[in-house]
Amino acid sequence: MAANPMSQFDVYRIGPEIKVGAFDISFTNASLFMILSSVSILLLFNLGSKKNSILPNKIQLLAELSYTFVSKMISDTAGSKAKPYFAFIFSLFMFVLFCNMFGMIPYTFTVTSHIIVTFMLAAFIFIGVTVIGFIKHGFGYLKLFVPSGVPAVLLPLIVVIEIISYLSRPISLSVRLFANMMAGHTMMKVFGGFVISLGIVGGWLPLSFSVALTGLEILVAFLQAYVFAILTCIYLNDALNLHH
Amino acid sequence: MVKKIYFQSIFFSFFFIKEAFAAESGGMPQLNPEFWVSQIFWLILTFGIMYLVLSKLILPKISNNLESRKAQILENIEAAEKQREDSDSKLKEYDEIISKSKLEANNIFNQAREKAIKDISVKREVLDKQIDDEIAKAEKEIDTLRKNAPDKINKIAIETSSELLQKLIGAEINNSSITAIVDDLSKRNGEKYYGN
Repeated sequence: MAANPMSQFDVYRIGPEIKVGAFDISFTNASLFMILSSVSILLLFNLGSKKNSILPNKIQLLAELSYTFVSKMISDTAGSKAKPYFAFIFSLFMFVLFCNMFGMIPYTFTVTSHIIVTFMLAAFIFIGVTVIGFIKHGFGYLKLFVPSGVPAVLLPLIVVIEIISYLSRPISLSVRLFANMMAGHTMMKVFGGFVISLGIVGGWLPLSFSVALTGLEILVAFLQAYVFAILTCIYLNDALNLHH
Repeated sequence: MVKKIYFQSIFFSFFFIKEAFAAESGGMPQLNPEFWVSQIFWLILTFGIMYLVLSKLILPKISNNLESRKAQILENIEAAEKQREDSDSKLKEYDEIISKSKLEANNIFNQAREKAIKDISVKREVLDKQIDDEIAKAEKEIDTLRKNAPDKINKIAIETSSELLQKLIGAEINNSSITAIVDDLSKRNGEKYYGN
């Protein structure tokens, strides 16, 4: 852990190097925090669903509130047709949320601050949504690129723009999350460095900034998970309901 | 099937990108492709397992719990509503009984009062009659007494005066003359003694 604010994003191998063919799939700190996040999610929701008491205890309440929160989010944005995808969106939201929140603990690694992770999630969502759209509507799904009520003269331009915006979805989705997490953590590290370099005399200002930033980053961690999930719902809504 | 092909193509494309980015991996560790494949592998593994366990085991339980709670709450509300209706009807019944019994009590009271009044009046009539009879009898007695009184008094006066004279004078005096005198005196003083 050097003073370099980017060193917190370093991925390093934990344990021996594992190679499958040409691919290096060694266990790293990123893998550790992915496992930590998923295991804590499973633990939390397993504890929260174990006993079914009429008056829920705290963990059960938390699990049920999360459940209704996500299910309301899906039904609000994508309608009742999106019910079969509830489990996926729920896991996605919880995974991103927990990875973001684990990153807020000092000396931890933020899984979602890596473009490759967010891009994989976004690409999977993009492919999945496109496949669902084509299964539901056949080639009629291409009507998504032809908005109704557009003058014929503008149509070629609009179609090109729509196609570009559709194809850039995975990039925007992944970069939004990755950039937010990276920028926030870098900034906190920079301010933390200021505290050290300015010492006991001038370090108080960046320290108070750091405290405020921590609060902001926790908010961002939740918000970005929410945005990630809700954008998935919106894409799913396009594929399921084809409103154009 | 489509998903699988897509994933494979992504895997391979990253493999090629790896060479392209290898040169400029100084600044951002995110762009260092050394552990990209590892990250992808572990992401798929952990997220996949988490998704499977959540969707197959945990989420159905939570939705079950929520639904059963909802059902129970609805049931309880229904039961409460029913009990309220029951209590309402019972309250009505109670009110009816109370008003009915009040009416009955009133009736009984009125009847009793009437009967008592009747009894009293009957008894009073009887008593009045008895009293009247007694009064009439007494008046009659008094009348006869009053009627007989002057004669008796006269007789006593005559006897007393004859005895008195005999004691005083020592001579027998004719009763008839005394009677005449007494009659005369009583006639004269009758008004003074009897007041009529």
